[in-house]
Amino acid sequence: MKKTVRDLQVISNIRLNKDHSLLELKSDIRLEGIVPGQFANILVDKATNTFLRRPFSIHQVDYKCNTISFLIKGIGEGTNCLLNSSVGDKLNVIFPLGRGFSVPKNKSKVLLVGGGVGLAPLLLLAGLLKEARHAVEVLLGARSVTDLVELDFFSKYAIVHTTTEDGTHGTKGFVTNHAVMTENVGLYDRIYTCGPDPMMKEVARIARINQIECEVSLENSMACGYGVCLCCITETIEGHKCVCTEGPVFDIKYLKW
Amino acid sequence: MVELGIEIAGLKLKNPVMAASGTFGYGTEFDDFFNVSSLGGFVVKGTTLNARQGNAYPRMAEAPSGMLNAVGLQNRGVKYFVEHLYPKLLQYDTNIFVNVSGSTIEEYIACSEQINDLEHIAGVELNISCPNVKEGGMAFGTSCPAAESVVQAVRKVYNKHLMVKLSPNVTDIAEIAKAVEGCGADSLSLINTILAMAINAESRKPVLSTITGGLSGPAIKPVALRMVWQVSNAVKIPVIGIGGIMNATDAIEFFLAGASAIQVGTANFIDPLATQHIISGIKSYLERHKFNSINDIIGCLQL
Repeated sequence: MKKTVRDLQVISNIRLNKDHSLLELKSDIRLEGIVPGQFANILVDKATNTFLRRPFSIHQVDYKCNTISFLIKGIGEGTNCLLNSSVGDKLNVIFPLGRGFSVPKNKSKVLLVGGGVGLAPLLLLAGLLKEARHAVEVLLGARSVTDLVELDFFSKYAIVHTTTEDGTHGTKGFVTNHAVMTENVGLYDRIYTCGPDPMMKEVARIARINQIECEVSLENSMACGYGVCLCCITETIEGHKCVCTEGPVFDIKYLKW
Repeated sequence: MVELGIEIAGLKLKNPVMAASGTFGYGTEFDDFFNVSSLGGFVVKGTTLNARQGNAYPRMAEAPSGMLNAVGLQNRGVKYFVEHLYPKLLQYDTNIFVNVSGSTIEEYIACSEQINDLEHIAGVELNISCPNVKEGGMAFGTSCPAAESVVQAVRKVYNKHLMVKLSPNVTDIAEIAKAVEGCGADSLSLINTILAMAINAESRKPVLSTITGGLSGPAIKPVALRMVWQVSNAVKIPVIGIGGIMNATDAIEFFLAGASAIQVGTANFIDPLATQHIISGIKSYLERHKFNSINDIIGCLQL
């Protein structure tokens, strides 16, 4: 769908733990063809020190009910304000923005690797991949079991593996320490990842060594979200590219990682 | 019906609202949001003779009521602009300006010469005020002799509307404005960003890769208003006001201070429809105060 800016009403805001919530907004125009990995830039007009919008991956789209969901993690004033949104609030949202993940043409075995709130764009992707009859596995990592959210959502579409840094769920350590990455990675035709930069760089390194196609979703700080401020650039083999318009999803072949 | 149309040095604008360079891409980025031809004009991204990569990431820092940027004139050079971007601008029925910058006077001349041949470009906005490049840029806009030398040189090769964008990072902006007017500029746009800095206390490092950057947004509006007022009192050529204009009230303040038109910059990042709201808000203001034309309030600050 075309990019649009409009006020969307909060129809639910479910707190998942102390700093994560699932925010569902109702669209007044028909949602169509949103690509997993695309994002929205949300205005936080109640937070006086938050001047710029805050970008969020599109987490879920319900085309029947015409709703769009975001996984919010409260980090600073702006995100905490959104975390505490009430049903009925109106949020000014620009969406859908950016280029999302690409889906393989041939039947593939794919691995989705998410770290922390980086799992946000992977749920929509898992659903789409499952629908396209690919074999989907998901590897999610977090600090602790309380930070591992939405496992039941993912398990609808995929075999789910987990890691926690404190060992309270799944394998102890980082996602890149899990056997899926250290021993069995050769089984996958393609890897998709989103999370902290060091995690994605390590995933990309492993993918490269094993000659597996890999797409990463970057989260650079940005002002506009539609390619005019040129602030969110990343270095690619073709020079600086805007993460907001050329990404946020990049094939690692193009990144200078 | 109130009249929103204005004329700046013979150039007709359907309304006094323009979009500022570096905040509006090449117009096409806004096609999904509104009809770009509804603007009085827009200024495309800063263009240099040769392609520039710009500065390293991070290039942006949020500030109270504003932001700092250190993009550093990333663009693909004037040749690419002429061949690939200019054709896309032909669809717009509005005044399009190209913001021209350089490290040397020769670069300004060579770049402006190529733009002189483009029929659908209404004018050049000469950028002698970019704070984010190591050479040239702002250095040309912070002393009278340097500003005169570049404006004189470009005036010789550029025949259409020559707007000169002034730097606020000077002791006396009115002096620079008079010097630039004396060299044949058709109009002045001000202000560019204010040289600023952001520090991350936790990491004890600067936020920007370049350490310093340019501050924009509502934070700079009072400074911009003061400078527009000073400059419009010092020169006869039209002044285009820029600096933290987020809504129609902000725009009206600039007209009262003496601006004949305004440019909306950082607001385009917050709300892609900002210019549209400003145009309709100016109209409502004029109606509410029973003015027939935007010209009735330009420079009409009640002292």
